[in-house]
Amino acid sequence: MTLMKTDTAGTGLLPTPTHARNAGMPLDLDWVAGVEANTSAIERRCATLPGRRSVKKEYQAAWLLKAITLIDLTTLSGDDTPGRVERLCAKARQPVRQDILNRLGMPGITTGAVCVYHEMVETAVRALEGTNIPVAAVSTGFPAGLSPYALRIREIGESVKAGAREIDIVISRRHVLTGNWQALYDEMAEMRAACGEAHVKAILATGELQTLRNVARASLVCMMAGADFIKTSTGKETVNATLPVSLTMIRAIRDYQARTGFKVGYKPAGGISKAKDALVYLALMKDELGHAWLQPDLFRFGASSLLGDIERQLEHYLTGQYSAGYRHAMG
Amino acid sequence: MTIKEIFDAMSYGPAPESNAEALAWLARHEGRFGHFIDGAFTPPENTFETRNPATGAVLAAVSQGSDATVDKAVAAARRAFPAWARTPGHQRARILYALARLVQKHSRLFAVLETMDNGKPIRESRDIDVPLVARHFYYHAGLAQLLAAEKPGMAPLGVCGQVIPWNFPLLMLAWKVAPALAAGNTVVLKPAEYTPLTALLFAEISREAGLPKGVLNVVTGDGATGAAVVANPEVAKVAFTGSTSVGRKIREATAGQAKALTLELGGKSPYIVFDDADLDSAVEGLVDAIWFNQGQVCCAGSRLLVQEGVAERFHDKLKRRMDGLRLGDPLDKCIDVGAIVDPVQLETITSMVAGSEGEIYRAAVQVPTGCYYPPTLITGLSASSRLMQEEIFGPVLVSMTFRTPGEAVELANNTRYGLAASLWSENVNLCLDIAPKLKAGVVWVNGTNMFDAAAGFGGMRESGFGREGGWEGLMAYLRPDRTAKPLKPVAAVAEPKTPEVPDMDRTAKLFVGGKQARPDGGYSRAVWSAKGRLLGHVGLGNRKDIRNAVEAAHAARGWGKATGHNRAQILYYIAENLSARAGEFAARIKDLTGMRGEAEVEAAIQRLFTYAAWADKYEGAAKPVPIRGIALAMNEPLGVIGALCPDEAPLLGLVSVMAPAIAMGNTCVLVPSEPFPLSATDFYQVLETSDLPSGVVNIVTGAHDELAKPLAGHLDVDAVWCFSSTPLSALVERESAGNLKRTWVNNGQARDWATAEGREFLARATDVKTIWVPWGE
Repeated sequence: MTLMKTDTAGTGLLPTPTHARNAGMPLDLDWVAGVEANTSAIERRCATLPGRRSVKKEYQAAWLLKAITLIDLTTLSGDDTPGRVERLCAKARQPVRQDILNRLGMPGITTGAVCVYHEMVETAVRALEGTNIPVAAVSTGFPAGLSPYALRIREIGESVKAGAREIDIVISRRHVLTGNWQALYDEMAEMRAACGEAHVKAILATGELQTLRNVARASLVCMMAGADFIKTSTGKETVNATLPVSLTMIRAIRDYQARTGFKVGYKPAGGISKAKDALVYLALMKDELGHAWLQPDLFRFGASSLLGDIERQLEHYLTGQYSAGYRHAMG
Repeated sequence: MTIKEIFDAMSYGPAPESNAEALAWLARHEGRFGHFIDGAFTPPENTFETRNPATGAVLAAVSQGSDATVDKAVAAARRAFPAWARTPGHQRARILYALARLVQKHSRLFAVLETMDNGKPIRESRDIDVPLVARHFYYHAGLAQLLAAEKPGMAPLGVCGQVIPWNFPLLMLAWKVAPALAAGNTVVLKPAEYTPLTALLFAEISREAGLPKGVLNVVTGDGATGAAVVANPEVAKVAFTGSTSVGRKIREATAGQAKALTLELGGKSPYIVFDDADLDSAVEGLVDAIWFNQGQVCCAGSRLLVQEGVAERFHDKLKRRMDGLRLGDPLDKCIDVGAIVDPVQLETITSMVAGSEGEIYRAAVQVPTGCYYPPTLITGLSASSRLMQEEIFGPVLVSMTFRTPGEAVELANNTRYGLAASLWSENVNLCLDIAPKLKAGVVWVNGTNMFDAAAGFGGMRESGFGREGGWEGLMAYLRPDRTAKPLKPVAAVAEPKTPEVPDMDRTAKLFVGGKQARPDGGYSRAVWSAKGRLLGHVGLGNRKDIRNAVEAAHAARGWGKATGHNRAQILYYIAENLSARAGEFAARIKDLTGMRGEAEVEAAIQRLFTYAAWADKYEGAAKPVPIRGIALAMNEPLGVIGALCPDEAPLLGLVSVMAPAIAMGNTCVLVPSEPFPLSATDFYQVLETSDLPSGVVNIVTGAHDELAKPLAGHLDVDAVWCFSSTPLSALVERESAGNLKRTWVNNGQARDWATAEGREFLARATDVKTIWVPWGE
């Protein structure tokens, strides 16, 4: 078991908690079969969440800055070029205008990571040299995960070799939809092994798993097989991160920790584009899992447009006037 | 804290809702309020202070309504009643619609004022109470619109005296006022002394809805003012929400006053968690069940019953969740649990918990100084523990375990109360099996504290009677539109000077548990024909005979589970067997009453057919509530119904009472016509030959004024009806207070038994149980 030093974007501002990396456990099919998720009740809880928690003024500013440090700033497009990725990396280094950060007393913050396709890993690693911002690569035949199995495993190794410190794999949805938990477990375990020291985030593609019960069971199996993070979506499904899915996965993380002692991270991805949404997620993590899950080693947002809204909100906090998008640098 | 410090701590900061507008409203009234009578505020009188429980600050001085104030308000309502009752339903609908809109337009002011007066978190007043209030007025605007067409032959009652509690001040106002106004009644409302402000604001705003003067009156004050409202002879209907002890007093105080009465009282509602439940969701449900409104909720899921195999895990999850609750300033938008309504209530909660023998877990939360109590879980209790039985009315959950579904039901029903229940399981078979078995007016499947204007809400047992919401709630504000005549006492034929004695002695017995039984006391009375012939002797039942009959009726409770089809078959068979002996029964009526009996026998046969028909046709409803799912309104039998049958129609009267009772699945104890009992004792022979299970119908002959008291006072009888020509209505209503059984009395008014049948009887023989079933995978 290796102890992971938490990377805090090299700012020196953040606490550096450590926790044991999830070592996994043998597949426990009884536990998987016993998982229940009552959709209506989960939806009701989520519907009231935004009304139950409110963070205002300097607290809101601080929480939004925290959110920035948790963003996996992402570009996953067919038309990505080195130039585009370099620009994104520059934004990751300097996510908010320096004058704003200075006035907030938080000069050195960066995003949590940059997330790209394999072909862009080397570019991103180069562009982020001198920082502690890790590069995450989506992998294993992202987004559908239907390329030859051997190639999917090899793809992980290639990305790690290219400098990716985090690998976002996609699971085979068919294993979940057919209830083949053993196959899902074996696949996940092999992918984890292929990552070596790199951390692995398991993308469940929850929009395609359809039911929260499936989401809960798939979450559990992936954690048993050693996932460091479980992640909702590729961003390519028609339905991406939702609060009900998040609550379901978070509860699975909590149960897994209660049973094994291992803390597993959570990454909602896709569809989180407003500062207000980010605050709701942070409150959810804080209330359901605790403070440890408000740090980048256990929580990330997979998002591309969220940062822009946070920048505008931060300027509004300082000036009292609503901001405009063009006042902030593009990523 | 600096932003950097907050960034590291990621703590919640203050998020206060502004109270400026509410304070401005109070200031406009100079912090002093009179009553709202006849469309205007009276000058303040004998004021007392209402405080913000979160701060202890005085919010306003409000008036203590005297008897004279109440009389004035009732007189205003009385004057306004005829015109309002005549106002077309559509016009009333427009006004109710305007009230709904006004509540929405002033929603934040109502919410803030409610939170200041009551101490509940602003999230609840803003997101739950006030939207439900608006929804209630919208829904009842619709009922007013449809009433004339859908409920022909019904009329409003008159002046309604409504006394409401402090836990949901504005919502309870809506639950009371909306149906009363929709049905065409006028209102005198007495809000709770701790929380009068939103009622006063509502009254003020109601003028902008075009509500005529005097239709809605608000009199503030304490319990004495409420008692004056209840006692006022011009009040036709009393509706009360509050504690069971006060409800019982109101039942006693109104006995014999011919007032309609609905009571929504306390509870100790079970919250049942089966081992196949989504435990995390069930934990979250408890937050909404017992830590909603600081647990000061009549239907709070306050009694946790958790299946033994998952109990430890469930309690662990629950404690963790409790530790995450945020307790504090109710006006803060980031608070889960606010202030207890008053230091007096805080003291009650504190002392009740202090006396518990259980293991007490208090949430690891900061408890602000002042009127606050931390979320608390007490485990290791047994059914006999005081806190398992008594309502705490605070944020305190008590817990025990069960082994099997059957045991869960037994434990759940092991209470005097019967307001609400929650059950959690992912097995739909289990849920739908358990829900009908729970003694509760409302059952939530995989949920809790769901409310809607379309769905009836109300209790069983000592949680009260009557429903609020839905058509069933509206019916509690209407009466059949018929003019009643006084009922003259019907006397038995006196012993003639020269008795004519038959060849063969005839002994009529009691009919208990399917057997003919001699009266316990060993006394009989001779029954003479109108012409002076000795027809036989009839047993004089006593309190022990009533006890035996009630026991027999309980032993036959499987009847309630028989199918409607099965019950119909037996009612038809009773009719068939009666028909076969029609001539004999007609002759008996002639002998007893001196009147021809053929028509009465024929009517009795028809009546049996009527209820045989109804047995499988008195349908419930699927309420379109605003969830993904359904709220089922199920008509359930009450249990054991005791009835003092009409004296004047010895056969038809008995059948008119018995048939709807048993058609709906009740068992009954019938005290037949006192002067003419032999039709009933002949009739048990018909019952004996009709496959009716033993104990479903029990007949105890004797003196009504002797049997009424043990029957109406019996704590294991669920309802008592009185159609006797002996004036017993007051006694029956008073005696019924012990277990708050449902009563239906004639108040000395006659009824034409030739036409006395149908839905009115069926509604009296059943309770509506609302079962909420959300769905979705």
